[in-house]
Amino acid sequence: MFEAIAFYTFSILVIGMFGIVVFSKNALYAMSALAGGMIFISGFFFLLDADFLGVVQIVVYTGAVMALYAFGMMFFDSTRDVKENIKFKKIIYTLSVLSAIFTIFILMAPIFSTKIEAIYPTLQGVGNVQMIGLILFTKYLVPFEVAAIMLLAAMIAGIVLVKVKMEETPTNIEVARGEK
Amino acid sequence: MIETALIIETVVKAVVVLSVVAAMAGFATFIERKVLAFMQRRLGPMHVGPYGLLQLAADGIKLFTKEDIIPQNAIKPIFIIAPVIGAASAFVAVAAVPYFPEFTVFGYTIHPIISDINVGLLFIMGAASVGMYGPLLAGLSSANKWSLLGGARAVIQLLSFEVVSGLSILAPIMMIGSLSLIDMNDYQIGGVANWLIWKQPLAFVLFAIAGFAETNRTPFDLVEFEAEIVSGYATEYSGMRWGLFFIGEYANMITISVMVSIIFLGGYNDMWFIPGAIAMLLKVSLWIFLFLWVRAAWPHIRPDQLMWLCWKVLMPLSLINVLITGIVLV
Repeated sequence: MFEAIAFYTFSILVIGMFGIVVFSKNALYAMSALAGGMIFISGFFFLLDADFLGVVQIVVYTGAVMALYAFGMMFFDSTRDVKENIKFKKIIYTLSVLSAIFTIFILMAPIFSTKIEAIYPTLQGVGNVQMIGLILFTKYLVPFEVAAIMLLAAMIAGIVLVKVKMEETPTNIEVARGEK
Repeated sequence: MIETALIIETVVKAVVVLSVVAAMAGFATFIERKVLAFMQRRLGPMHVGPYGLLQLAADGIKLFTKEDIIPQNAIKPIFIIAPVIGAASAFVAVAAVPYFPEFTVFGYTIHPIISDINVGLLFIMGAASVGMYGPLLAGLSSANKWSLLGGARAVIQLLSFEVVSGLSILAPIMMIGSLSLIDMNDYQIGGVANWLIWKQPLAFVLFAIAGFAETNRTPFDLVEFEAEIVSGYATEYSGMRWGLFFIGEYANMITISVMVSIIFLGGYNDMWFIPGAIAMLLKVSLWIFLFLWVRAAWPHIRPDQLMWLCWKVLMPLSLINVLITGIVLV
């Protein structure tokens, strides 16, 4: 019973939060609701006894949304509404509703057609963290490493993009202008 | 029946831990004023009660009865919820902290931990980093430039210390092979020589520095530094909302002290002739004192110095530490 109560509470909270993200015109509301929704999702992991994934969800998305706040702070005045410039409202709404239904269909179809069975059933007496480690470093080693290389490449690309203007610190600009 | 007993036990534990930690957080403010006063050759609060002890109650009454002002242009819902996030996440983190060894009362064994999840350490760190949303949201919603600067500093502070605290704690985790704080405590059974601080001195120092940054304590108190940005994120807050931020901050201090004591300083194992529970209290008190001592002795650093320190000094050091630990373990 408690699981059901917790599940529905978290579902309502998550859907409500992401609803605010989509419909709010204020950047601060949207970002805060995004952070809240991401943290509430971890509740589902805890309900499924996947403690490790739940905690990782919190840790990762706290930092990630925090970086988003940094950009939001630079681009928007958080106390005013953002002026939206949507020209083709009908097309956008139709496409988004259709794609949502389509995604649900794709995800739900295998559940309805055949009963899903775990390829790697959880072992008794093996902890959550160990289980993830086992799967990650045996069956999914190659995707894991590829993802790591991809992140590294993205990081280097980011640094290179920023590096172009790194020499132009305020003091250097003053030196170039002959003020110092 | 067993389930009902479990629920009652958990609720009782939660209420006890919540009230004790909140009371200790309040008391820590008094201790802080006294210790700072003695270090600066003053007397500190003396007038209310013996040695100013009732100053605590006077402050509490002041905070509770003060008018609660919400600025005109502030974004009201977020302005209201920000201090609650700060305090609540500090208390959520407390849920996974084991304070004392288990003991028996009336034939009923009590584990002094609210929820023994096997990823306790990560949970505490996650909840503590959620706590940084308090200052951030407060700064963004106050419609005040000082607050906004405080919020911006909260972001860089989180992005700086989180990497260091995560990486520095990785080396002890590799040695112990578990994320549970109880396992970490049990790893160090058998006296002072088995403490992890002797095997991981670098990780200990790094984690302590990251802890100072995480709790906004003095060398890293840049989100609320009076001389630069008035009161930072808390500029527009008054009364109990302002008080909630500081209850959260002191609760975080206690959590960090307990974590350092458990991971590196032998936890609640018996120390020589001192029983475990008292040893734990002594260690936590020592750490709280250290927090205050550093505040009295150290100047505060600029935001760019914090980023330089965390990304260019501490992070490479912690990576090297992880690498060396890995080589030694293999």
